[in-house]
Amino acid sequence: MTGLFSEVFLSALLFGAVTAAIPLLLAGLGEQISEKAGVLNIGIEGMMLAGAYLGFVGAFYSGSLWLGFLTGAAGGAAVAVVMALLCVRIGLNQIVIGIALTLGLEGLTALLHHFQFSRSYPRLPAADATVIPLLSDIPVIGPAFFKHHLIVYLAVALVFGMGYIYRRTQLGLNLQAAGDKPAALDVAGIDVVRTRTIAVLTTGALAGLGGAYLANVGAGLFIPFITNGAGFLGIVLAMLARGRPIWVLFGALLFGVCLSLTTAMQVAGINIPTDIIQMLPFLAVMIMLVLFGRRASLPAALGIPYERGAR
Amino acid sequence: MSIDTAPTVSATALDATSGAVTRRDILHRLLMTLGPILAALVIAGCILLAVGVDPLAYYGYVLEKGLFSPLGIQQTLTRMAPLLFLAAGLIVAFRAGMWNLGGDGQFLLGAVTAAASAPVFVQIMPAWLALTCSFLIAMVVAMIWSLVPALLRAYQGVNEIITTLMMTFLGTSLANVLVKLAFRDPATTVPQTRTLPVEDRLPRLFETTITSGLLLGLAAIIIVHLVMTRTAFGLKLRIVGANPRAAVHSGLGVPGLTVAVFAISAGLAGLAGAVDIIGVQGNVRADWNPAYGLAVIPAVFLARMNGFAAIGFVFLLSVLSIGGESAARRLGVPNHFTLVLVSIVLIVLALAEYFDHRYNQSRRA
Repeated sequence: MTGLFSEVFLSALLFGAVTAAIPLLLAGLGEQISEKAGVLNIGIEGMMLAGAYLGFVGAFYSGSLWLGFLTGAAGGAAVAVVMALLCVRIGLNQIVIGIALTLGLEGLTALLHHFQFSRSYPRLPAADATVIPLLSDIPVIGPAFFKHHLIVYLAVALVFGMGYIYRRTQLGLNLQAAGDKPAALDVAGIDVVRTRTIAVLTTGALAGLGGAYLANVGAGLFIPFITNGAGFLGIVLAMLARGRPIWVLFGALLFGVCLSLTTAMQVAGINIPTDIIQMLPFLAVMIMLVLFGRRASLPAALGIPYERGAR
Repeated sequence: MSIDTAPTVSATALDATSGAVTRRDILHRLLMTLGPILAALVIAGCILLAVGVDPLAYYGYVLEKGLFSPLGIQQTLTRMAPLLFLAAGLIVAFRAGMWNLGGDGQFLLGAVTAAASAPVFVQIMPAWLALTCSFLIAMVVAMIWSLVPALLRAYQGVNEIITTLMMTFLGTSLANVLVKLAFRDPATTVPQTRTLPVEDRLPRLFETTITSGLLLGLAAIIIVHLVMTRTAFGLKLRIVGANPRAAVHSGLGVPGLTVAVFAISAGLAGLAGAVDIIGVQGNVRADWNPAYGLAVIPAVFLARMNGFAAIGFVFLLSVLSIGGESAARRLGVPNHFTLVLVSIVLIVLALAEYFDHRYNQSRRA
């Protein structure tokens, strides 16, 4: 057990936790917008995969991580366009289309990867970190939290940005209304379909960005099924957060610590099946739900396509 | 708090047995199913062309292996067995308006339970009793696994999408832990459970390789369909699904029914795992997760939670997955293309149904 609790180990553990948490955070924040606007977005796993693949392709061929993030977000948004057309505009069943999109993107990205990269498995160089002066000199915490790629700080800032949008802007109110009482929003002269489309596209872009981060910064390469359920975790986080972005952040960090612990244990050579550690965050959340059993405050019209004049 | 399905679906949930089905209806249904599938094949074919694979050769292999070759069709029918059980479980849950998205976890725990118990039981009791007992405890374990989401939903109103999703992550990991630590076969280097000898597995049908699990699966889904459409219990569940508040006001014990729905749904998923192990696989390898549930969920929706239609969709899924595996191997395409194909088929079918519905409405108006 030597070195398990040394400073270096601890800060590496926390650093890994942040790296693992960022894709979950972005996915959770993305899902939150859709859910707020009344769209249950089960296709988010597919959007993340599209983002991971296109983000990697963009970064690999251009040599620029930022371009990779851009193509990743665009890829996620492109999948979201399909979702918005099918589920928001013509009102197909959101669960059918969401799962179908996830399956399709799983297959498609794996297929493209096979023809493009499966012989060479190219890697990206390690992402250069933005070191925050002074703060990064704090022992343990400094190297863990303040030596990340710039996008990490932006993602955390986004949490507060989202909070502001939800609480203080017209758009935030519109989103809320589109999920709770779309008919009222419609009567107020605001296009429900457009509001929901904006929400779904934002979800796609954020999920795509999360996927791109996962591939480009987290792993440095794209492999098939790289998201490994991160999108579904995002759905869980969004539902647990009850519409508050800050809770998505806390949740993502909790899951991030457990994911990071899994890798750290393996590195430290401790012989516990990683499956047991992977169970920890879910156990923690389930216990919380059993103890506090709070009613989920989901938007009233979640999952119901809006049709003007229906009933 | 439940999430209602699209109004069209909830509306059909109650009038499931719409009496007389004319011949034209059947023809129409057939056309509305085969047409979109053809269209989906064309779209997917374009993707194949784009990656430089001859789509006709690919589909030729899919049909040959999945449908027309004697060995292939037997594999297809064998694959249907677990999928039918899963579909039956989902029909109960979805008709009652409960989103049991935890099928994969329940399936795996059922599978591991069956794999751990069957080889022990066959040594101490006659084979038929041993297999029956394995099926039963696989079912009970899966039921217990669904108890937490069921109770939380029934008495605390905690949304079951979150809880079942989390329980499925937990269940997948727990199944792995059980395979690696508790039920590991000491005789093998790869972590897996003890293998059930072939002669002790479910009998094959006649002179074929088709598992008799297929009959069990068909029986399960037909019974579920009849219970949901023809019995008072089924009607109660459908009322809960269509309008939980109305169900409370009409004096139904909604919490009790909720727990029952979860138990039935999860029990059937557990049986799906057991039938796959006891009928086909014989053991569970570590990290084995076929994730059947993900493809079955949309199929059940497209079948409008109708048991007989679900049998058709499950057959289609099996043909595509068995045929796709073979075609992929022969043409050097990764097997992942099957996922793309299934996805396009699902989306086009959903679209076709929408346009059909719209057309009917405009004709009526």
